[in-house]
Amino acid sequence: MANQQNSEIRYLAPIAVDIKKKKYCRFKKAGIKYIDYKDANFLLKFVNEQGKILPRRLTGTSLKYQRKVSRAIKRARHLALMPYVADLLK
Amino acid sequence: MVRQYETVFIMTPVLSDEQMKEAVSKFQTYLKDKGAEIVYEDHWGLRKMAYPIQKKSTGFYHLIEFKAEPSLIAEMELEMKRDERIIRFLTVSLDKFAVAYNEKRRKDKEMPKAEESK
Repeated sequence: MANQQNSEIRYLAPIAVDIKKKKYCRFKKAGIKYIDYKDANFLLKFVNEQGKILPRRLTGTSLKYQRKVSRAIKRARHLALMPYVADLLK
Repeated sequence: MVRQYETVFIMTPVLSDEQMKEAVSKFQTYLKDKGAEIVYEDHWGLRKMAYPIQKKSTGFYHLIEFKAEPSLIAEMELEMKRDERIIRFLTVSLDKFAVAYNEKRRKDKEMPKAEESK
């Protein structure tokens, strides 16, 4: 009897908490083959507000494209299109 | 083997318009003289830089896309290093995806103009 009550309570609680949104690689999905270092606005999506490159674990980018992203960001930094260090970039 | 390259350089903002054009044409003729074929050029104009370089916070950006022998690149970069007007440059070799991307972008740029003229 007690067991049954328990299960009922569980049912009422939101179960959706566990369901995470699946991450995906945006480059693979969109079929982007080349990441342009001149497009600083786009690269801004892959850095945090300090201008650091975000890890794959957060952005969901596949390894192949993460390498390309980081190369593009480093090139953009060299040309002063993006900052090496920043505060409140966003 | 001829490869396609793309170089972006930043010139000091202290230059006058003519001096800047002179610097650009110097490298255009330099590349042409050395047997490179210029594919595309883009002048971005005076831009604010993300951080100061040589105590300057703005610069004239210029992009040249060209086809050349790999041995020319080192020579050209040395020439840029010696030129005081240029404060920063970056040359990258373009793979086939990059070439396709650049061509597509150029086309996209031209398309709206073509529609307007109609």
